[in-house]
Amino acid sequence: MSKVKVAILGSGNIGTDLMYKMIKYKGHMEVSLVAGIDPASEGLRRAKELGIATSCHGIREILKEPDIKIVFDATSARAHLEHAKLLRRTDKLVIDLTPAAVGPYLVPPVNQKEHLHEKNVNMVSCTGQATTPLVYAVTRIVPVKYAEVIGTAASKAIGPGTRQNVDEFTRTTASALVKIGGAETARAIPVFNPAEPPITMTNTVYAVLHNDDFDMDAITQSVYQMVEEVQNYVPGFRLKGEPIVDYRETPWGRLPVIVIMNEVEGAGDFLPVYAGNLDIMTASARKVGEMYAEALLENKEEVQP
Amino acid sequence: MKKIPRLTDTTLRDGSHAISYRFTPEQVREIVAKLDEAGIPVIEVSHGAGLNGSTIQQGFSLYPEFDLIETAVKTAKKAKIASLFVPGIGTSEELKQAVEIGIKVIRIAVHCTEADVSEQYFRLAKELGIEAVGFLMMAHSQPPEVLAEQARLMESYGADCVYVVDSAGALIPSTVKERIAALKNVLQIEVGFHAHNNLGLAIGNTLAAMEAGAEQIDGTLRGLGAGAGNAPTEVLVAVLNKMDLYTGIELDILMDASEEIVAPIMPDTVKIDRDNLSSGYAGVYNSFLLHVRHAAEKFGVKPVDIMAELGRRHAIAGQEDWIFDVARELAEKNKIAKS
Repeated sequence: MSKVKVAILGSGNIGTDLMYKMIKYKGHMEVSLVAGIDPASEGLRRAKELGIATSCHGIREILKEPDIKIVFDATSARAHLEHAKLLRRTDKLVIDLTPAAVGPYLVPPVNQKEHLHEKNVNMVSCTGQATTPLVYAVTRIVPVKYAEVIGTAASKAIGPGTRQNVDEFTRTTASALVKIGGAETARAIPVFNPAEPPITMTNTVYAVLHNDDFDMDAITQSVYQMVEEVQNYVPGFRLKGEPIVDYRETPWGRLPVIVIMNEVEGAGDFLPVYAGNLDIMTASARKVGEMYAEALLENKEEVQP
Repeated sequence: MKKIPRLTDTTLRDGSHAISYRFTPEQVREIVAKLDEAGIPVIEVSHGAGLNGSTIQQGFSLYPEFDLIETAVKTAKKAKIASLFVPGIGTSEELKQAVEIGIKVIRIAVHCTEADVSEQYFRLAKELGIEAVGFLMMAHSQPPEVLAEQARLMESYGADCVYVVDSAGALIPSTVKERIAALKNVLQIEVGFHAHNNLGLAIGNTLAAMEAGAEQIDGTLRGLGAGAGNAPTEVLVAVLNKMDLYTGIELDILMDASEEIVAPIMPDTVKIDRDNLSSGYAGVYNSFLLHVRHAAEKFGVKPVDIMAELGRRHAIAGQEDWIFDVARELAEKNKIAKS
């Protein structure tokens, strides 16, 4: 069976973890190039050791190679704005792991089929990938007036990009909870905890309902089902106990709040297992890449039987 | 120790934790008027968790906080109005709005190892032309040299002062002094100290901080603040007078405000009882108290057990969601032990 050639742009932690995932889990993609900008980076060194072609000239080599059909951008939001312009002139599909949000948000179990025609899709944020499916699991059963998520990660697993732009993280994540998760309004609040040994990524979803008219069993079943779907591509994604109902004073009166607590343990492919926040990004991006690759292979077969 | 410290009153910020964020515009007007008349130079007003803190996680404000801040700005004749800002809870948008309304000081608070997330907000505050103070929260949890390093980062971003913040009320005079001294040693800017009273040391620790060189200190009327409360502003002024450190602040007016305005709304929770002592002893963030009691009741477990476990897990500011997780796990453990 033929495979779709893909490139990873960015040889930092995310790019390197993604590369290891591509090798570990066989699928419809084959990494044909890892491109960075630092010739001395560990990511490029490791790629070479694995016999993968590398380049230290950023996007340049990727643009020269017509066989590369999918590009994973694991650089920075600012760099992606430039990359997106250059890639738009090619027939390559772009999966953007930065917070640039040039293309529509994609959260695999919720809207993976909706954007197959898009040439550039965005992976939101780590907290967005972990909590949007949980919010959606509630909104598909009962309307959610307001969703609030708390995303807690180990300080060591948060890179300088996120640290220098917390505003962007909160905005992008909250926006995905509304647009993809289906909440009427939303907020996302990050917490970076420096405890040693480092803590595993944990997330809490609060979903404020309009009134008492809801079926808790149906919500719980929906959440369990969603967790299973996410576990298909993020094995370390799990609930911490059953969803709980708690009544809270809100600006709209005393209302039922569904509380869902979750943790994400990384697969340890390259990054440490506590860094579930990074693992869920690379695992989700790979999942989306697989879907694209499958679609590309199907189309090819139709055209050239 | 002859330098007269600058006193910031944060009744209308830290105190809001204790009354579940239910300050009214009328209370803000009354309290600001008295503090301003007494000569308090800086008055902090915002949700307890800072601008935009009205959330499920922390608790919703009864009145929009920008209305409360506006009331304070309009009421104060001499005092500067300040707000607290926690990156991730507040964003640039709220900071800009608060400055537009007229705050003159922003106090940017982060967990004491995470100073680098504050850079964009210090730069914005300086661009907007206001005073910017750094708050290193949960300062008991890190050694002096780590705090000094983090404070230096804030100084490099443009901070005018950095506070050692004893959010858990877990420090004692000797550990306060070594922290303040470490900051004094490396900073050109002023150093401040914010106390909580879980170990009965809010005033004593503040004096220790001044001995080590702190130039800015915090208080709240009657000690109204999160958990066991803060150093009472009126007591601080009385003590400073006894030490011949005359701030020019009028003690009589503060005593009246404490007795006549704050005492009637003072909740019974602000005292050194078992929950608050166990919280300070375990090094748990003070504003967790009411959330811990709520979770303890819901899951049928003891608040002190929740406090101890939160301390073990090194929960930091903003992690109220862990309280439910801990309470549920304790309840499950108890069930297993009984069966």
